[in-house]
Amino acid sequence: MSRHKKIGLIAVLMAVLTLVFSVTPAAAVSHKQKNIILSTTTSTQDSGLLDVLIPIFEKKTGYFVKTIAVGSGQAMAMGQKGEADVLLVHSPAAEKKFIAEGYGINRRLVMHNDYIIVGPPSDPAGIKGMKSAVEAFKKIAAANSVFMSRGDNSGTHSKERDIWKAAGINAEGQKWYQQTGLGMGQTLAVAAEKKTYTVADRGTYLALKKNLGLDILTEGDTILLNIYNVIEVNPAKWPKVNAAGAKAFADFMVSSQTQNIIKTFGVDKFGSPLFFPDAGKKEDRLGK
Amino acid sequence: MDIIVEGIKQAFMLLFTLDREVLGITWLSLKISGSATFLSMFIGVSIGTAVALSQFPGRRLVVSLINTGMGLPPVVVGLFVTISLWRHGPLGFLEILYTPTAIVIAQTVIATPIVMGISLAAIQQLPANLKLQILALGATRLQMVWILVKEARLPLLAAIMAGFGGVISEVGASIMVGGNIKGYSRVLTTATVMETGKGNFDIAMALSIILLLLAFTINAILTHIQQRERPR
Amino acid sequence: MGGVAVLDISGLSVAGGEILCLIGPNGAGKSTFLLTLARLLKSSKGDIAFKGKRINSNHSLLTYRRNLSMAFQEPLLFDTTVFENIASGLNIRGMNKSEIQGIVEEYAERFGIRHLLDRSAKKLSGGEAQRTSLARAFAVKPEIVFLDEPFSSLDPPTRESLMEDVDRVLRETKTTTIMATHDQVEALRLSDRIAVMNRGSIVQVGTPEQVMNHPVDEFVASFVGMETIFAGAVTKIYDGVFVTSVAGRDIEAVGRVAVGDMVLCFIRPENVTLSMENSHEMTSARNSFQGKIIKIIPMGLFYKVQLDCGFPLVAYVTHQSMENLSLREQKSIFASFKATAVHVVRKEK
Repeated sequence: MSRHKKIGLIAVLMAVLTLVFSVTPAAAVSHKQKNIILSTTTSTQDSGLLDVLIPIFEKKTGYFVKTIAVGSGQAMAMGQKGEADVLLVHSPAAEKKFIAEGYGINRRLVMHNDYIIVGPPSDPAGIKGMKSAVEAFKKIAAANSVFMSRGDNSGTHSKERDIWKAAGINAEGQKWYQQTGLGMGQTLAVAAEKKTYTVADRGTYLALKKNLGLDILTEGDTILLNIYNVIEVNPAKWPKVNAAGAKAFADFMVSSQTQNIIKTFGVDKFGSPLFFPDAGKKEDRLGK
Repeated sequence: MDIIVEGIKQAFMLLFTLDREVLGITWLSLKISGSATFLSMFIGVSIGTAVALSQFPGRRLVVSLINTGMGLPPVVVGLFVTISLWRHGPLGFLEILYTPTAIVIAQTVIATPIVMGISLAAIQQLPANLKLQILALGATRLQMVWILVKEARLPLLAAIMAGFGGVISEVGASIMVGGNIKGYSRVLTTATVMETGKGNFDIAMALSIILLLLAFTINAILTHIQQRERPR
Repeated sequence: MGGVAVLDISGLSVAGGEILCLIGPNGAGKSTFLLTLARLLKSSKGDIAFKGKRINSNHSLLTYRRNLSMAFQEPLLFDTTVFENIASGLNIRGMNKSEIQGIVEEYAERFGIRHLLDRSAKKLSGGEAQRTSLARAFAVKPEIVFLDEPFSSLDPPTRESLMEDVDRVLRETKTTTIMATHDQVEALRLSDRIAVMNRGSIVQVGTPEQVMNHPVDEFVASFVGMETIFAGAVTKIYDGVFVTSVAGRDIEAVGRVAVGDMVLCFIRPENVTLSMENSHEMTSARNSFQGKIIKIIPMGLFYKVQLDCGFPLVAYVTHQSMENLSLREQKSIFASFKATAVHVVRKEK
């Protein structure tokens, strides 16, 4: 390339780059401390709760929250690498390990919702009304009724695996056990289409109930509880995290104002709330 | 079938009622993919033309690399860009992960080899002596390149359309580096994936139709430019 | 060019206003030479001087290029109108629109395509396209114009008509021209001087008359159409004339030789006359031989007659003569040619 061409090219490139930077809104380009990276799960995001809470938080504090909704595994991994500032997740076992290994601090209970076992109204395995999730699973296996799993290492998938383990059943590889690898909504759609059993979080189920044609068959068992904690990533391990911002957000999540909003979220739309606020309570006391 | 019909209905509803969120997402898609296409056009056409017109040792290898780049999986680009832009990554100090700028960067990386490869072929298929004829008419190197680019405008515009098509429809990298943040880095493709994941197939279909309309409109404009006769 | 020596030329100078034709077979290096002269190809050794000044810096290179112009065998037109094509060189030089208008119309007129100015270049016939290409080359009023076989891809009538126009433009504008061609008729028609090339070097430079009638060696001779070539030894010299003996026949020719020299003799076929009787008395031709017609080849406007007079001889014969003499193969005939028609070159041994 001739010299003229190179100069002309650079000039044009600079012009375009300035145009491109206009793509980023002022808020994000400003001070580092204003950004908080919140790592959470897709089901939490999909419930719509954060779409209500975050704008309130941002308005109140001036922070800009970047909600990155991914699978549970990835959410925690981001925290481990210091690529997130605060986590809102629901995998108690993994969380405890996270804290124990020093990646997180101030693990605080925020809320819970529950999982339900749903299936076709015909209920071929006859689990309707059962109080024990573990027993229901045993019956499904015994009847060789098709069970649809998410199979994606999500919180829901982990919960489901826990129940199979408790029932002493090795579901993986069985002909009646199928895995979608998809999100909650899609998995419910597939289960509805094929008229199978599956485990879902109440929130997503309620949101899609209208079009599904699946009934709630088993609910209320403590093992079906889905417990949400907020964890701040440990700044001692990762100095670059926005510790102040993380704390502000975590405090916000357990504040009474927020807890009140959580209490009534979903009632107008679904007739019952999607989450139950638990800030301040002891975890093992839930559901009792 | 009725999902598609439902989707079409929803799409027009959303557009006619000027649903703010949908309009915002659409506008952002256009801005991001448009910027990426612009950048890839400048980089791709200039380097593609330069390689087409020059001889140097290892040229074959360079051309192979460019052609391979055309088929670069977007998701792989997304992963590399994400790792680079991580807080603790080499470019973390820029703090542009989970911003629209990051999406523009990823999309530019995806589109540039496409534009470059097709531009390279476009210039190479011009008659061998044309370059000499232009120089013989007294053109400087810069003038010569500009005239060749004008002569190859048909395939070059096709290259740009290919680049645009590749990025307006891209989703894997856009989710990874953009974070699909509501009102900020959520674009038509990432929103469609999210709605599908939630099970809202009708909304997802509506967004898809809007995306198709957007892509079609842009390509129609570019095609018009490509096909019109040069004025006197 | 990849390390292979394509051109090996010791030197060539061209005068202002002169038309020089490079002729030679395909692969002789004519195009390469033209491109090198126009500085479109770089030579690994050697210099080019234009009007006394050497061309060696980037700046002087552009100045040089802006003083020249070139047209190729293919029209290489741009995808726009004929007007814009002719104007391209002027646009490159930054001329303003009103000036360009006048010049483009003038040269379109000169090349007979004024009526096509608004036509798209894609919609031209071969001849019209080549005219546009030439108009484009001349519109920049170059001091030198390089033409690389500009008529080769045209059919004969188009070629004829275009050659006339080009001839006229060259004379009127007195543009120095270097043109490459493999067709000697073109060269004869248009040039002031001819340079014959073979395998990358220039073998002979001279006026058309010199090259055509006094070729320096066998190659040039056969290339310029001296169809009859034979070798012999000089046996006698007298009266400004020498005799060479070929296959037992004595042939009289003119030239500076010594007895015993080995010589190559060339005779142009147009200079050989055929007749029914021995024409010693009828013409002033000193050489007259009886021979047999081996082959008659139709060449469009005339016939090529190959004879065996003890040595091979080729004559061109018009249709009229064919009939008058009722020539046919195997017929016995007399062939004669003047001593001065025999061009002689001493054979280097």
